[in-house]
Amino acid sequence: MIQELPKISTSLFPKSDFPNLLTEVNGQALAYLDSAASAQKPHAATEATTAFVEHQYANVHRGVHTLSQLATDAYELVRDQVKVVLNAADRNEIIFTKGCTESINLVAQSFARPLLQPGDEILLTELEHHSNIVPWQLAAQASGAKVIAARIHDTGELDIDDFKAKLNSRTKIVAFTHISNALGTILPAKEMTEMAHAFGATVLIDGAQSGPHAAIDVQEIGADFYVLSIHKMYGPTGVGVLYGKLNLLEAMPPYQGGGSMIRSVSFEETTFAELPAKFEAGTPNIAGVVGLGATLDYIAGPNWNRDSWVRRVTEIGNYEAVVREYGVSQLAEIEGLSVYGDAEEMAGIISFTLKNVHPHDLGTILDQHGVAVRAGHHCCQPLMKRLGVPATARASIAAYNDLEDMDRLASAVSAAKEIFA
Amino acid sequence: MSWDLRDLYQETILDHQKHPRGKGALENATHTATGYNPLCGDKVTIQLAVNDGKIDEIRFDGEGCAICMSSASMMTVSLQGQPVSDAEELFQRIQKFLTANDESAAMEDIDTLGDLAALGGVRRLPVRIKCANLPWHTFKSAIQGETNAKTE
Repeated sequence: MIQELPKISTSLFPKSDFPNLLTEVNGQALAYLDSAASAQKPHAATEATTAFVEHQYANVHRGVHTLSQLATDAYELVRDQVKVVLNAADRNEIIFTKGCTESINLVAQSFARPLLQPGDEILLTELEHHSNIVPWQLAAQASGAKVIAARIHDTGELDIDDFKAKLNSRTKIVAFTHISNALGTILPAKEMTEMAHAFGATVLIDGAQSGPHAAIDVQEIGADFYVLSIHKMYGPTGVGVLYGKLNLLEAMPPYQGGGSMIRSVSFEETTFAELPAKFEAGTPNIAGVVGLGATLDYIAGPNWNRDSWVRRVTEIGNYEAVVREYGVSQLAEIEGLSVYGDAEEMAGIISFTLKNVHPHDLGTILDQHGVAVRAGHHCCQPLMKRLGVPATARASIAAYNDLEDMDRLASAVSAAKEIFA
Repeated sequence: MSWDLRDLYQETILDHQKHPRGKGALENATHTATGYNPLCGDKVTIQLAVNDGKIDEIRFDGEGCAICMSSASMMTVSLQGQPVSDAEELFQRIQKFLTANDESAAMEDIDTLGDLAALGGVRRLPVRIKCANLPWHTFKSAIQGETNAKTE
């Protein structure tokens, strides 16, 4: 496979566009391989956000004054952009939250909890991270429903037969990750959604890892809910997206009460605002949402549209796959190293262990070589148990990583092996 | 590198990691506690057989990084056969050594620590201090009759 690799001399996103990537760590140039935890931010987007805060900022959806209107326009423009990113049918299907985790909790509490009856089932997969497990457990505990997980194969691929076998008429919710944060496995979202719908279940797809790495089409997949984590898409922290089908969102009660989400309030009765305001109580993260818009502009270039967005993220996904393949080939040279996750479809994540070296020791040694990886359970304790390891080291690849980062990773892992030899 | 990784992974540490002392289960234990660091998954169980105020036997079991496992191994060597009061006093010295903000205060007792001085490398890596400290807090919980240790 290696000889087929195209030559990559520079990363797809220039490192110089991301000031933090030029930071020295422990006297070494930084090889940042922890973007699955949080991605670095392009200067162009932080600069645009600062310009907005300094020149256009005011609260949104409130004032009649000029600045409030400017801020509202900037904020609402990003809703249209996210609609394009997800190919949603209607802009009112896009809700801004404070993060992917809040998006899932919103659906668990406002949609699932009133729906669930004792004996009902919520079907997840063994790949899920804690934020796509715990909100469902809370909803299940409150309603007497059960949380069930579909198995995976040793390759990290979903056991689709087990998934199918666990679907039944009591299955009310099916929630799964689009791309596994711990292994990089890509799940067959459309196929799984169709299977779930055949049993009348409602489907939530966790796009925490897919946002900046793959083209997403919620209509083609048929997803009922789809959630995004913006800080993992090179955007600001404190912003998440919830996509929900219009009829579902319209029927759901509000998640939180407050300003913006009301039509009229008296002490006797409150009527709620229309979508999307119904789910955006209080002053939102205005600068964060505007920063998201600037980040999308950075990713896709000026005047982007659905076609150019899809082309760009497809290019990013393909590029990261090439870097991953090279990285895996370099690591494979190291005796005693095991890579977890060997599915047909893999995103830019390399999860690995080194014989006789605990992932935390590996993480510390790599850090001293300027190589930043995540070492631990990746908020996936059930998955680690399934794989029979307490933890792994994880290198995650973004569009600003290059082959040299992979060389640095392999050489730092060799140095760790040396210390423990 | 700003400092040598060998300051952290000293021979003593690596030796205890590869050849752990006092590892396994203890029959007739009078005190047992388990410490768990949810951040990294390190898990240590400490068992003691205490008679007449003396630690007759001490064992550890569990899984974790080299720092945590070697700290536990060294601890069993240090505490085996010691009066409980001496063990508690050593616990305090270790706390000062690992966590005192003031470097000179931390180093005050270093000559009395023997092999345990090798744990000092974690002082430069705040996230790893808990790895070294987990077995000690678990010991402290065990001797106090608690079954679960906290490192906070």
